[in-house]
Amino acid sequence: MTAVVAPSADVAEYAIRLGDDALILSQRLIEWSAHSHEIEEDVALANIALDLLGQARSLLSYGGSYSGKSEDDLAFGREERRFTNVQLVELDNGDFAVTMVRQLLFSAYQYELYRTLESSVDGQLAAIAGKAVKEVAYHVEHAGGWVLRLGDGTELSHQRAQAALESVWPFSYELFGDDELSGRIADRGVGPLPSLLRDGWLGTVQPLLAEATLTIPDDGWRPGGGRSGLHTQGFGYLLAELQHLHRSHPGATW
Amino acid sequence: MSTGVRTGLAELRTAVAEVPDPEIPVLTIADLGILRDVRWAADGRPEVVLTPTYSGCPATEAIRSDVTARAHAVRPDARVVVELAPAWTTDWITEAGRQKLAAYGIAPPSGNAAHGGSGRPGKVALTLGRPPAIGCPRCGSSDTELLSRFGSTPCKALRRCRSCAEPFDEFKPL
Repeated sequence: MTAVVAPSADVAEYAIRLGDDALILSQRLIEWSAHSHEIEEDVALANIALDLLGQARSLLSYGGSYSGKSEDDLAFGREERRFTNVQLVELDNGDFAVTMVRQLLFSAYQYELYRTLESSVDGQLAAIAGKAVKEVAYHVEHAGGWVLRLGDGTELSHQRAQAALESVWPFSYELFGDDELSGRIADRGVGPLPSLLRDGWLGTVQPLLAEATLTIPDDGWRPGGGRSGLHTQGFGYLLAELQHLHRSHPGATW
Repeated sequence: MSTGVRTGLAELRTAVAEVPDPEIPVLTIADLGILRDVRWAADGRPEVVLTPTYSGCPATEAIRSDVTARAHAVRPDARVVVELAPAWTTDWITEAGRQKLAAYGIAPPSGNAAHGGSGRPGKVALTLGRPPAIGCPRCGSSDTELLSRFGSTPCKALRRCRSCAEPFDEFKPL
C-alpha cells in the first residue's frame, strides 16, 4: 500500500470501533442467507453484508496496523469483551421487520458518520469513508423502502413493524454516545463527536418513520456498554459461529 | 535513461490493461476505470495502482493477483498497490466499456453517479425505481422496471423489461 501512515493509539482504537460495528452487523445479516421471503431479498441482504464486510476489513486492517495485528487477528482472535461494537448491531435478527428497522437506524447513522469522516484529517479514514458512504446510501434506500412498505402496509405488517421499532429504537442511543476517546478524536479533527450526528440522522429517520405511520417509542430506556466491551446475551453465540473455523485451525490459509 | 524509463511504463501498462474482470469478463480493468496509474515509485520501482469498485468486492483480490502475475512477467520488480481515494465511480467506466456492457446484456450505468448528485439518501428512499429510463439491453425498450437494487454482484441491480418481459442486469450508478 502507498503512504498509509500507521495510526496513533487513539485513531487505531477508533477505527476498530467502527470496524467492529460493520463486521458484526455483516455477520448478523448473513444469517438471512437462504431464509428470506424471496430470492431478491436474500441477494440484497448478502450484498449489504458484503459491503459492510469490506468496510470492516479496511477499518480493522488500519486499526490493527498500530499494534501489528491483521484484520484476521482482530476478527477471529479476540474474546467477547474485547469487541467494541455497539449493541444495536449484535441484536438477534428477529423477524424481517426487526432486521429492516435495525438496518435503517444503523445505515442512516453510518451515512452521517461517513459523510463527516470524508473530511477527516486522517487520510486513510477519509479514503475509507469516501468509498463507503456511496455504498451506504443504497443501504438506507433499501431499508427505508421496506420500513415504509411494512409500516404502511397491512394491519399485521404495521403491528410487527411497530413492535420492531419499539424493541430496536432504545439501542440507537448508544450510536450517539460520547466518551473520552470520541472526545479526543473530535478535538483532533479525526472524527465527529457522535452526539453531533444525531440531528442529521433524525432528519433522515423521523420523516420516514412518520410516513410509515410508525410511532417512535419514548420510555427512557437507553441500553449501552458495547463500546466498553459489554455485550448482550446473543453475542457469544454470534462470535462462536464467526470464529470457530479459525480457532479450530489456527493459521490455516487457502 | 528517460526514454528507457518511459518505454518501461508503457509496456507495463499494456501488459496489465487487458486483465479482465472475473465477474464481467468482457470488461478489462482499463474499461472499468480501476487501473488508476502506472508510475515510478520513489524507490525507483515501477508501480501499478489499482482502485477497488466496492469495498467488499471479492473480484478485487482476483484482479490484483492477475495484474501482479502479468506485471511480473514484463517487470519482475513491479509492485501492485491499491489506493482507495479518490473513490471509484461508475462515471470512470469508459465509452468502450459501456458499449461492451450493453452488448453483453448488462445495461450500462445511467447518467452521473448517484452520490453527490442526489445528496441525502432520505430523498431517494421513498420511491422504488428512479426517473431516468434504463434501456433494455435485449430489445432496446425504455419501458423497464426495477426488481431489486441489489443483484448478482455488488455492482449490479436487477431489472425487468416490460416490453420483452426479460429480466436483465443493470450496472448501477455509484
